[in-house]
Amino acid sequence: MARTAKKNPVDAIFSVVTAAASFTVIIFIAAILYELVHESSPAIARFGIWKFLSSTDWNPVTESFGALTNIYGTVLTTFLSLLMAIPVAIGIAVFVTEISPSFLKGPIGVAIELLAAIPSIIYGMWGLFTLSPIMSKYIEPFLKKIFSGLPVVGILFHGTPMGIDILTASIILSIMIIPFTASISRDSFNLTPAVVKESAYALGATKWEVVKNVVIPYSKVGVFGGIVLSLGRALGETMAVAFVLGNNHRITTSLFDAAATITVTLANEFAEADNDVYLSSLFYLALVLFVMSFITLAVAKFFLLRAERKYSR
Amino acid sequence: MTREQTRKIEGFIALLLSTLAALLGLFWLVFILGDVLVHGIKALNLGLFVNDPTPPGVEGGGLRNAFVGQLLITVCATLIGVPVGVLGGTFLAEYARGRKIARLISILADIMVSVPSIVIGTFIYAIIVRPVGHFNGWAGAVALSIIMIPVVLRTTEDMLSLVPWTLREAAFALGAPYYKVITQVVYRGAATGILTGILLSIARVAGETAPLLFTSFNNSFFSVDMNQPVASLTVTIFQYAMGPYDNWHEQAWAASFVITIFILLLTLTGRLIIKWRYK
Repeated sequence: MARTAKKNPVDAIFSVVTAAASFTVIIFIAAILYELVHESSPAIARFGIWKFLSSTDWNPVTESFGALTNIYGTVLTTFLSLLMAIPVAIGIAVFVTEISPSFLKGPIGVAIELLAAIPSIIYGMWGLFTLSPIMSKYIEPFLKKIFSGLPVVGILFHGTPMGIDILTASIILSIMIIPFTASISRDSFNLTPAVVKESAYALGATKWEVVKNVVIPYSKVGVFGGIVLSLGRALGETMAVAFVLGNNHRITTSLFDAAATITVTLANEFAEADNDVYLSSLFYLALVLFVMSFITLAVAKFFLLRAERKYSR
Repeated sequence: MTREQTRKIEGFIALLLSTLAALLGLFWLVFILGDVLVHGIKALNLGLFVNDPTPPGVEGGGLRNAFVGQLLITVCATLIGVPVGVLGGTFLAEYARGRKIARLISILADIMVSVPSIVIGTFIYAIIVRPVGHFNGWAGAVALSIIMIPVVLRTTEDMLSLVPWTLREAAFALGAPYYKVITQVVYRGAATGILTGILLSIARVAGETAPLLFTSFNNSFFSVDMNQPVASLTVTIFQYAMGPYDNWHEQAWAASFVITIFILLLTLTGRLIIKWRYK
């Protein structure tokens, strides 16, 4: 390949142009990191790293900023949404690969892809106008009636159910990440060699036992990679939660309380930040989010690559 | 109960739960799409496309500025993002095929695809909006193109890798230099795949809101000047849905309807082309 590249001048130019185009990816990542660090340096100098990450202050008036409430909201909504999405996503994958008649596999695959293609702002608006009233009128009072009397668990369900809260945001987020987890799990399940499954059937295993003891153990690295990828997606999701989370900078214990994630804070306050420290702190938040999601996504990629290597052997 | 019976019942329950999970997924799709359709169609009228917004609280008016602005930003983003993405993918699949650097860029591009889009918005704010001094359409287009590049780059790489190596060897044997082999043989072989990738990447960025919030911002007036703030459907939906007026909400639904249909059609077209061409 390189031999011909040396001979022809046009070829040399073309190869340099394509190389430059592909290096934009590295340049963007480096530039994003550099700019975010550069822009947040006043806030880093003022609040430090640990103090910023551990402070619950978010007060534009006194110019005192800390990231903990935002990180808490981000981690909590992401965790809850994964908790709700993973069982459903794996169930969908099991249904598509093992149970469904073959004429249904295509349409369900398309349906999952469409669910993934709907823009997040549509999820957000649907959440605000449709899901949120249903939550505050029916589901949340119901949950409150059942759980609020219980010790320990009751803490999660006190307060007035308004529908604009952590629970609603987590449900919307979980609907959004179901397609990612489901399609990667389905692809991993599909890669289980038929011979291995057939041997288990020959030993008298039921369908569920084959799934539980053969398919899932065989594809667990890929499924795990898919889950971590969804985690990375959920961390950075903005518009789906911006409508229904309320932007409340407090650490709360109830699922019926409004909260703030890093993304929601950025979406609501970035364009309105009126002084340097405020804006710099917002850039600092963006930096924290970028590092968090980059690491998560890199871990996901690591597992997905390992799974790929395992199957191609 | 015998051991066989417990195993059978356990299996039945597990498979039933999986079926319910699939139904739940389908339920959400129907619920969300149905809701957007019902509300959207009710609010849809011709005035929406030909009128500009009226002052808040005044009935009537449309979203002509947002439709045109959205189109403008998306087209500009495509014009920037597609050439860079296709050329970058060409480098990975051809000149750097099998090299470590190609592997590294490919992995980084995969990560970039999922990096929070709002972070890209803050980045563009720092490098374009602040130096220029005000929000502008180009900043929005560049932000979207940064999201687009890794998507196009990765699909181009994959599609070019599918073209059999012997085809290139045949062209080499005729004495063609590599760039001619790529542009006249490889690109032709992979054209449908690359086109599909481009369609899907447009579908991906057309619904983005977060990176536009502090780049192209919003504009209540009709403007095609990309050096000024430009209205977009998505940001308008955000502003109108969060606003207090009922006719704003209706227009937000109508805009959501249009953008959802547009994106789903693009996605379906892309999927159909893949199915028709590669199976």
